[in-house]
Amino acid sequence: MTNEKKTKDKQMKDIGMERNERRRQPSPDWASGLRRLYDSVVDEPLPDAFSKLLDDLDSAGD
Amino acid sequence: MLSSANAVSFKRELTGVIPHLRAFARGLCGRPDLADDLVQETLLKAWAAQERFEPGTSMRAWTFVILRNAYLTDMRRNRFRADYDETVAERILVAPPGQEGPMHLADLHRALLTLPPERREALLLVGAGGFSYEEAAEICECAVGTIKSRVGRARATLAAMIEQGAIPRRAVGDAIAHDAIMAELNESTNPSEPVSG
Repeated sequence: MTNEKKTKDKQMKDIGMERNERRRQPSPDWASGLRRLYDSVVDEPLPDAFSKLLDDLDSAGD
Repeated sequence: MLSSANAVSFKRELTGVIPHLRAFARGLCGRPDLADDLVQETLLKAWAAQERFEPGTSMRAWTFVILRNAYLTDMRRNRFRADYDETVAERILVAPPGQEGPMHLADLHRALLTLPPERREALLLVGAGGFSYEEAAEICECAVGTIKSRVGRARATLAAMIEQGAIPRRAVGDAIAHDAIMAELNESTNPSEPVSG
């Protein structure tokens, strides 16, 4: 076996181990909670102050 | 000046990312009122820098860089404590009650706020905001491997806190979290305004 091939085999093995590692770690309940934490804010009604700010900036530039 | 068509689309795109800016800011600093101040500051800075935005690139990523830098600057000036507003998330369950009882989004958010800021923002970007590691690395101006490592450590810390039931119950704006945050900031960060692209 050449050194080159050994290196390649080792790389393939590493990739395989990494995949297995990922499979062994199921996404915990709290992980979806992070997403929900974020989405809950995204879904909030937007206070008028923000669009007013942009409108003011926009008309100031005219 | 931008052409009028570009100016219109800049404003439209900027308006479109405001809910995301609010979510990112809320995750970073905990308190809704301070988070919204930070978003306003971000909008002002983004507006002033609009000629540096390249049409066709991600407005969300571009503005997150601005928000992040504004946050770090404000942290240095001690404007933010990692306080937490209990009012809303307190009542929302993350998961249905299981063996270990229900966990509230508020608990998760408090746990998140105890993380060092670099790990917290990395986890927010990847785990909550849905950015790829590569995009998060660009936003945080660091290597992809660094982001992966920060996300991994943040997840491990949260998982350990949750498993051990070691989540701070209230008012995480305590001296410990704040001091840890300031210590990390002082030694490691150097915020700068985003360059276009």
